Amino acid sequence: MTLKIVVLAKQVPDTRNVGKDAMTAEGTVNRAALPAIFNPDDLNALEQALRLKEQHPGSTVAILTMGPPRAGEIIRQGLYRGADTGYLLTDRLFAGADTLATSYALATAIRKIGGVDLVLGGRQAIDGDTAQVGPQVAEKLGMTQVTYAQEILDVKDGKATILRSIDGGVETVEAPLPLVVTVNGTAAPCRPQNVRLVMKYKWATCPSERPENDPHAALYAERPYLTLTQWTVADVDGDPSQCGFAGSPTRVKTVQNIVFQAKESKTLTASDADVEGLVQELISEKIIG
Amino acid sequence: MDNVFVYCEIEGTVVAEVSQELLTKGRKLADELGVELHAVVAGTGIRGAVESQILPYGVDKLFVFDGKDLFPYTSAPHTDILVNLFREEKPQICLMGATVIGRDLGPRVSSSLTSGLTADCTQLEIGDFDDVKTGKSYKNLLYQIRPAFGGNIVATIVNPDHRPQMATVRSGVMQKALYAGKARGEVVYPEVDRYVSPEANVVKVLDHHVEAARHNLKGASIVVSGGYGMGSKEGFQMLFDLAKVLHAEVGASRAAVDAGFCDADRQIGQTGVTVHPKVYIACGISGQIQHIAGMQDSSIIISVNSDPDAPINKIADYVIVGTVEEVIPKLIKYYKKNSK
Repeated sequence: MTLKIVVLAKQVPDTRNVGKDAMTAEGTVNRAALPAIFNPDDLNALEQALRLKEQHPGSTVAILTMGPPRAGEIIRQGLYRGADTGYLLTDRLFAGADTLATSYALATAIRKIGGVDLVLGGRQAIDGDTAQVGPQVAEKLGMTQVTYAQEILDVKDGKATILRSIDGGVETVEAPLPLVVTVNGTAAPCRPQNVRLVMKYKWATCPSERPENDPHAALYAERPYLTLTQWTVADVDGDPSQCGFAGSPTRVKTVQNIVFQAKESKTLTASDADVEGLVQELISEKIIG
Repeated sequence: MDNVFVYCEIEGTVVAEVSQELLTKGRKLADELGVELHAVVAGTGIRGAVESQILPYGVDKLFVFDGKDLFPYTSAPHTDILVNLFREEKPQICLMGATVIGRDLGPRVSSSLTSGLTADCTQLEIGDFDDVKTGKSYKNLLYQIRPAFGGNIVATIVNPDHRPQMATVRSGVMQKALYAGKARGEVVYPEVDRYVSPEANVVKVLDHHVEAARHNLKGASIVVSGGYGMGSKEGFQMLFDLAKVLHAEVGASRAAVDAGFCDADRQIGQTGVTVHPKVYIACGISGQIQHIAGMQDSSIIISVNSDPDAPINKIADYVIVGTVEEVIPKLIKYYKKNSK
């Protein structure tokens, strides 16, 4: 069977590599100092999608992302690895969304794409670490969900067999399509970018990414696959009251920078005398032993 | 109406410890709000086996759903139970573990009820909220406090207009305690078919394999923990030697886990286990905020690091400036010498 697969991908600030200048003096996040990357777990999801495409010739993989126009970069990175196409949801009305409003927007886009057999996404994004969007998209679409997937073992006869990692163990489940699957960061890593595909899609852009008097205008007319789909709330028949800040039940009351209370500490060397002295002190005060 | 609910997770007929921790927290929140603490549990063959693991934590009313296909857990039937029960009961708060199950179930339920959910809270408090945008004021909301942005900031989230206010909390973050006060302790056994639709059992669990935890990091009184500075998987083994003589458990930073020095189930920090030992010995750990979030409540912190300016040294009681290769064998040697 051929599969129509959508991979949910998010452009995130690289919170794993937070440098000294990532926080401003006032204790707020300096987003400009953090590089924007393809959310790591979403790459694992993309790999599972590309493997299914190889196993089921004729299948297609589309990247779906929501964000500002520059998030078009995420679609290109997906195309460089073997995705066939991409959709960017971008609209001021999507801004300020919590996970529920994000899921609503993604679900409306998936409905608009239509006929999707499998929606794959990373287990969670590193900027929020919530793991909520996958299950909420599934619920909004009335689709079955399988979270924490380690590997999609097989898809046939309208069913997927999936290995999951669960607390303290593993589980193998069989679930009917259409299906939403979230993939762990410990699943197989994504293949690297393919040079041939980089050449092919280098100039692929969403309309809003293009400057006026674009020097590549002739190229776009000649090669339609270089124009990536870009949708607003209206394009996906979305209800503005369920999008962005308006559609978000949660509110951020306060945000604080973390300041750990520095303690008065005793500094020792690695000398025998210092180490033995510390051990004796801890034993005599019944802290250890 | 308006009570505090805790979803209790089970493996077979054993109630998860995180659920008991949340019952204790839920009891405190219910007392503060002047409402009841209710619990819900769903499984197969659990009637008579789970009640005594739940009621002593101060539960006023326990809903036990016992039916076929409710264990092993799958998303749809458990979602049906919570969604339909909450439509009847209209709780103001629902807590669940930030486990694989809780993080699968919570978002699905919250989407279905259009209520806000905050993942991985580290603190839960009751307080008021003034919405500057609408000018409305709210009394006694649940403050859902969690680290965000890779642990670099802490955000307080509220759900002003939607109920229940839902939150997940990781295992070990709250402490469980039997309830000394009086709770009603009523138990009901609702008819499962009234809550779960016949179409819910779509996912078949072909194989379910869970092993007892290989360590007791959460409850350990001494934790020996290693970071990227341990250098290699072989180097990391030194920590097991030290832990053996000290009767300690071994933990790790995310950097050590990512480098493959040690298994992910030993990771301490915001996205791993939270520990509160008497003594925490951090070896070759620089001290990223997300790690510190999981061990800062340790009574005594000892840092072994060749870098005298490692961030973790700021919160350490003792700092040994030296390489782990030099210091750890000495700790073992002098402990053996002096402990007898």
